[in-house]
Amino acid sequence: MIRLRSVCKSFDDNHVLRGVDLDIPQGTSMVIIGGSGTGKSVLLKCILGLVTPDAGQITLDDEDVTRTERDAFLARFGMLFQGAALFDSLPVWQNVAFRLLQGRDRMPAEAARDRAIEKLRRVGLKSEVADLFPAELSGGMQKRVGLARAIAAEPEIIFFDEPTTGLDPIMAGVINDLIREIVTEMGVTAMTITHDMTSVRAIADNVAMLHDGVIKWTGPASELDRSGDAHVRQFITGSAEGPIEAVR
Amino acid sequence: MSSLTAPLGALGRASLGGLGFVGRVTLFALAALSHVLRPPFYAREFGQALVNIGWLSLPVVGLTAIFTGGALALQIYAGGARFNAEAVVPQIVAVGMVRELGPVLVGLMIAARVTSSIAAEIATMKVTEQIDALVTLSTDPLKYLVAPRVLAALLVVPVLVAVGDLIGIFGGYALATGSLGFNAAAYLNNTINFLEATDIISSLVKGCAFGGLAALMGCYFGMHSGRGAQGVGRATKYAVEAAAVLILAANFLLTGVFFSL
Ligand SMILES: Nc1ncnc2c1ncn2[C@@H]1O[C@H](COP(=O)(O)OP(=O)(O)OP(=O)(O)O)[C@@H](O)[C@H]1O
Ligand SMILES: [Mg+2]
Repeated sequence: MIRLRSVCKSFDDNHVLRGVDLDIPQGTSMVIIGGSGTGKSVLLKCILGLVTPDAGQITLDDEDVTRTERDAFLARFGMLFQGAALFDSLPVWQNVAFRLLQGRDRMPAEAARDRAIEKLRRVGLKSEVADLFPAELSGGMQKRVGLARAIAAEPEIIFFDEPTTGLDPIMAGVINDLIREIVTEMGVTAMTITHDMTSVRAIADNVAMLHDGVIKWTGPASELDRSGDAHVRQFITGSAEGPIEAVR
Repeated sequence: MSSLTAPLGALGRASLGGLGFVGRVTLFALAALSHVLRPPFYAREFGQALVNIGWLSLPVVGLTAIFTGGALALQIYAGGARFNAEAVVPQIVAVGMVRELGPVLVGLMIAARVTSSIAAEIATMKVTEQIDALVTLSTDPLKYLVAPRVLAALLVVPVLVAVGDLIGIFGGYALATGSLGFNAAAYLNNTINFLEATDIISSLVKGCAFGGLAALMGCYFGMHSGRGAQGVGRATKYAVEAAAVLILAANFLLTGVFFSL
């Protein structure tokens, strides 16, 4: 269970998060929606400790994340960055297998490579891409390599920052199914940011809407259409009319 | 009143800023060096750094040194002629190259070539979230990116300096024997007999210090890069400036230390 209480974060006078309260129960899939620039990516980074919140508390299994042993804490997580963030000095398979090749109980290179190729298959990439460098891939392919890297070490908790942006509808469907499968079959806790309502419905157990630095609405995905919240309704319908301003 | 104190305030802020910078860089350097000593070691990163900083810098070091050695011989010859002391060319070329010009020029070339590339590479990794990705993959960027580069520079720049010293001396030798009429065997003898162990030690110590500074500045400014392409550009510029100035300042201090010995 990941629990956020009154998490605040500002960059100079840009008050991005103004008191976020959110619970993500273990083994469930939480999808965060919200306008561009509302701080969704920052929120994920706060949980991982990549960005230090100004105030508030974040706990994982009732333990304050700032007090845990960092290595053990991070070993439980996988993260897909919005921009994929692949290491451009390493070939694709070493990117995917990066964690498997580090640390005390690292895998032999052969086994790690096999695992990387298997994960690449799961995100719809052929084994030929394994020896290419990230710069030789298209944006959508890089995104999927990032996804393969996030799931490669089979972590308990995985964050996906816009996993399907830049993908064609068919591939987006494959990725949605993959994320759903990881959650239901492997009991992973997933937190996904997406703007794609098809993805939301395919992936989410619960949905939370971030707006103006706070969680405006949260509830089960099945109640998304009868949330009674004007922000959520406007977001689903994609209308320019409503409480969310089009110019931000 | 405020117009009187404003310059003082600016001066105070600037000195505080400067002190803060020195403090942050020192802490960064200590952290990086502590990672050099503690496992895990990233052998592959270290090997790549050795090749990039050492092997691939040889051409630029060699060219810098040979032209400098030649020009130095000419200058000393011309200057020495004013008081009939042309014969000191081999001795002064040797001392000038080994104690001063070899280390400083190699240091500055490393600042231009290595500091800039380290800063740009790490800054790009920072702005594209690769540094964040490293952290989430339980890898300390200080250990994975900084420590191998700093260690490689500490070890390999003294070697580059030694190579630069030798090639510089050879440049002087080639010019002096080729166009100033010096006897080859006598030139070499004079050079070898004149140089002392402390000359060579000071050269290598300087190389070690300059290499460490060059790599540290690249890493520090890269890791603290601002956002976007502009951030990368700025990080690179500041890194090279800082490395060059610190190398010259360290040269001044170290020369003082070796003189007082
Ligand atoms: N390192 C940083 N320094 C300064 N400001 C930042 C930083 N990171 C994010 N911000 C600011 O925080 C705000 C939220 O950014 P964030 O990336 O979380 O948005 P987002 O909700 O993920 O948007 P998108 O859907 O477009 O990805 C933006 O206004 C951004 O400018
Ligand atoms: Mg984002």
